[in-house]
Amino acid sequence: MLVAEAKRIEVDLGLSHFKEANEQVRAALAQADEVVVASANAQRYLGCALAAGKRLEIHGTPGNDMGCYMDGGAIEVFGNGQDQVGNTMNGGTIVIHGRCGDAAGYGLRGGTILVRGDCGWRAGIHMKQYEQKRPAIVIGGDAGAFLGEYMAGGAIVLGGRAGSYVASGMHGGIIYLRHPLAAEEVPEGVVQSPLGEEDKGLLAGLLAAYNGAFGREGPSLDGADEGWWCLRPASARPYGGLYAS
Amino acid sequence: MAGRHLHREGTIRIPSGCAIAAMMDRTGGRHDGTDILRSIALMRDRSNGLGGGFAAYGIYPDYAELYAFHVMYESREARAATEAYLEHYYLSEKQERVPTEDHPAIKNPPDVWRYFMAPHPMRLPASGLTEAEYTMRHVFHINSSIDGAFVASSGKDMGVFKGVGYPEDIGEFYRIGDYGAWAWTAHGRFPTNTPGWWGGAHPFTLLNWSIVHNGEISSYDANRRYVEQFGYDCELQTDTEVITYLFDLLARRHGLSQEMAAHIMTAPSWQAIDAMAPDQAAFETALRTVYSSALVNGPFSIILGSEEGLLALNDRLKLRALMAAEKGPMVYLASEQAAIEVVCPDAEHMRSIEGGVPFVVQLDEVARRRQREAAESCAVREQPRDHEVGVRPCRRKEA
Amino acid sequence: MMDCVLPRYKVLRDADLCSGCGLCARTCANGVYRLAKDGGLPSIEPARCVNCQRCVVTCPARALAIVRWPQAGTGSANWTLEAMQDIAKQAQTGGVLLASMGTPSPYPIYWDHLLLNASQVTNPSIDPLREPMETRVFLGSSPEALKVNERQQQVVEPLPPQLKLDMPIMFSAMSFGSISLNAQKALALAARELGTFFNVGEGGMHRDLEPFADCAFAQVASGRFGVDPHYLNTAAAIEVKIGQGAKPGIGGHLPGEKTSAEVSRTRMIPEGSDAISPAPHHDIYSIEDLRQLVFSIKEATGYRKPVAVKIAAVHNAAAIASGMARTGADIIVVDGFRGGTGAAPKRIRDAVGIPVELALAAIDQRLRDEGIRSTVSLVASGSVRNSADVVRAIALGADAVSIGSAALIAMGCHQCGDCSSGRCNWGIATQRPALTERLDPQAAAERVVNLLRAWTCELQEMMGGMGINAVDSLRGNRLMLRGVGLNEKELEILGVKHAGE
Repeated sequence: MLVAEAKRIEVDLGLSHFKEANEQVRAALAQADEVVVASANAQRYLGCALAAGKRLEIHGTPGNDMGCYMDGGAIEVFGNGQDQVGNTMNGGTIVIHGRCGDAAGYGLRGGTILVRGDCGWRAGIHMKQYEQKRPAIVIGGDAGAFLGEYMAGGAIVLGGRAGSYVASGMHGGIIYLRHPLAAEEVPEGVVQSPLGEEDKGLLAGLLAAYNGAFGREGPSLDGADEGWWCLRPASARPYGGLYAS
Repeated sequence: MAGRHLHREGTIRIPSGCAIAAMMDRTGGRHDGTDILRSIALMRDRSNGLGGGFAAYGIYPDYAELYAFHVMYESREARAATEAYLEHYYLSEKQERVPTEDHPAIKNPPDVWRYFMAPHPMRLPASGLTEAEYTMRHVFHINSSIDGAFVASSGKDMGVFKGVGYPEDIGEFYRIGDYGAWAWTAHGRFPTNTPGWWGGAHPFTLLNWSIVHNGEISSYDANRRYVEQFGYDCELQTDTEVITYLFDLLARRHGLSQEMAAHIMTAPSWQAIDAMAPDQAAFETALRTVYSSALVNGPFSIILGSEEGLLALNDRLKLRALMAAEKGPMVYLASEQAAIEVVCPDAEHMRSIEGGVPFVVQLDEVARRRQREAAESCAVREQPRDHEVGVRPCRRKEA
Repeated sequence: MMDCVLPRYKVLRDADLCSGCGLCARTCANGVYRLAKDGGLPSIEPARCVNCQRCVVTCPARALAIVRWPQAGTGSANWTLEAMQDIAKQAQTGGVLLASMGTPSPYPIYWDHLLLNASQVTNPSIDPLREPMETRVFLGSSPEALKVNERQQQVVEPLPPQLKLDMPIMFSAMSFGSISLNAQKALALAARELGTFFNVGEGGMHRDLEPFADCAFAQVASGRFGVDPHYLNTAAAIEVKIGQGAKPGIGGHLPGEKTSAEVSRTRMIPEGSDAISPAPHHDIYSIEDLRQLVFSIKEATGYRKPVAVKIAAVHNAAAIASGMARTGADIIVVDGFRGGTGAAPKRIRDAVGIPVELALAAIDQRLRDEGIRSTVSLVASGSVRNSADVVRAIALGADAVSIGSAALIAMGCHQCGDCSSGRCNWGIATQRPALTERLDPQAAAERVVNLLRAWTCELQEMMGGMGINAVDSLRGNRLMLRGVGLNEKELEILGVKHAGE
């Protein structure tokens, strides 16, 4: 464990098992608010339940469930994320300077996930929202299928193209699309429209966050005022008529 | 054979009651079988002539490093098959018929042989098993697979002499007066509904363990299904068998002392644990939690014999009788007090064994060694399970 | 469109006894009774009656009784009246049939084919009123062998976390949303009083329940409602819900009318919106993914809480459970197809899954065949109706059982099976304030405590009869069971002999 400067500790995980790796990271976080993981190699759960005021900087490839249950902390990955980034995350920020795998932001309850490149299938499934807690995912590149499935709240911003079955079962929240869906791709119970005035502020904030994180690395996402579309549920009761009363 | 239609142990579970007795010289001095025979004979009313037997420790000093198998045969074919099997897996130093004497009360005895053997020097390492596991597996194999053959004992420097009849008659049949042992245990059996058969008589043994037991435990199937997980075959479906396997599992495999194994089998009540100091309560709670299925429930008194000595144990509620007394280096145990006094009229410290408190009698040299040893339990490498080593799916045995 | 749906029940009112007080009309949230404007007796609309019996029980004059609608079927054993009414309903609405509580279909109930043993002569029975009779169990994983220092009387390696239950009975998961907060509070109060555990279900933990967290299971289901580090670390244990016996293979669906303001806050979804739990966990598509979730929970809770995994009893339950034991799950929960539910598609409830007795027996045996049974705890649920069922479940191999319906019945549930409507007149399966306030948590808890105290006494009596003074020795003790009226295959799967053998 190298103490580089007063509040910043560097750890090297090598090929250690996730249990030892997380113990090592937690021990470092107990001493410093900022911990740099010099080389992650598939160790799961890095930043699990990370609290507010703590920051992890990860180099290499962190394992699945990175930032699961994260509770206000911050993770920045200089590399790619694997599957289930920010699983059931409660708050904080995850920034990935690359792509990420499947089911990013599953059950997201709060906080923001910024992915510079593409994401895998089923990003933002079952995102939630309650009063001030409005989680958000911004994906600069393309998304795999089922983006925002069962979405119950929060916001997803997609700079690239969506896969099939986007917003299937959506019953809350909003999805911003740079590239609108063809009419037949819009699922039943979901409405696609240009942005209303009230949507522009939220989008502008998320775009600013994205550009702030990745502005120097590649094309930025611009123009909250025009060139964006949004998906929102037609009803909070998508299956209200499914059952015989 | 009387009543071939009647059931034997192994095809059905047969409850039985019993008389038990034991004696031991802590200095290791050897005594012939006269006294143990008189002691068990006094309790004739606790048996019904359907099973009796003796275990003796220290009887084969010339072959102390070799496994001494006592094997009963019902037929010449059984003996041929068993000897061919043993020859494959062991190197035999000596084999002979166990000397017996015709006795008017003993009908149709089997042909009893003994073998002094060492595990085959190539096959043992190739098996990947410890010597004890290796021997245990072969004993299980003979007893379950060779019709008409039964390994009555398989330890070192010890042996079992048992059969159908009253124990005193069985003892005379086997001429136990001719053997010198530092510990003897004896059993007279009262099974409920079986003609008795020679292999099913007690003591029951495995490796160096021997057990004589009185009572019928109500936790039998919970205990059986627990030990069967670890490769023990409860072929005989008797309490004695399952208790033996519990001792083998806890003491030999898990590296606990015999006393601790007995303590686990008669664990203190939760009420007692709750009243303990926190550290002690945590220790006892951990034991009861991990070894919950090793708790032996219902009435029993047992005497366990091993190379270390004797251990007597009564169930937690003290539902069976068992007395203990001493005289000099000698320790006596019996279901009834008079069975001790008949062989040692001036026995001292006569008392009953407390429920759930193991009564341990160790050879002096073992007691000294134990005090020097580390107190941490150390489990031996577990025997691999069938599903881990088999190349084909295992077939589940019928319950 | 002509409506062919018939009423299911008929209300009988004894005009001689009825005082016309109108309590029935004020009681019935289904609107069966309507107060007459002229002060006469209330009018009756039988089609609205679900036979919850609230009016029958509360009528001060005892003037009311509910009977089955007397319409005869054709006599066909095939096209029964019920089968035709189901078709009528679907022809009318085009909807999926919805049902609640456990299946009423007449499948075999194996509990009723298992008889218990008692000691006679060869060993003594024990009198539980005067001799110790232990019902305490611990749930959690444990090593095969305990490493101890005998001289210091200490454990060398500490045990994984364990839950202490004073009786081998817990309460099944029932979420806030599916049942009222008052019903959950009653279970919480009862669990604390009894020294056992309740389960908040998949809807998160309402802040009023946090004082009871040390006797609570927090559930993590596919919808991840209310799941955050605080939730996981507050509860005594965490249960991952893969499936539920009443509706294996499908997700949950709390209708928007049950998403009240409080439910909305606890689940973190907008008020009035449907609360949808996906059919699978979208981070578990294979057994190794379950390991990932189990250990994510352990990481989040510092390995201080046991993690249970609950599955519905399905055809391959034994193999699945064996896999679960190897994922790091500390407790395996198997829920049989007769288990209750707040709402399930009727066809799923009545046709999918297998009886818990068979699943439990198969799982216990499989884990033993593989030598891992004693390293993991096993809990059975899915219609445990009385203390004899508890004994049977433990003898088949369970460490403990969970009860849901029986506890609700103790609180007042009459099994009308109309939970999904949200109009539960007993204040249990509803979020309407006017109805939930009918359920006093203290009074309901007292009834549940009474029930389980009685069951525990009976359990002790039955154990004593068998000559067993600790529940440890009943677990997996299948010789204490005999089958009656079962075929060879059933006996083989249950691992019991037939009566008389």
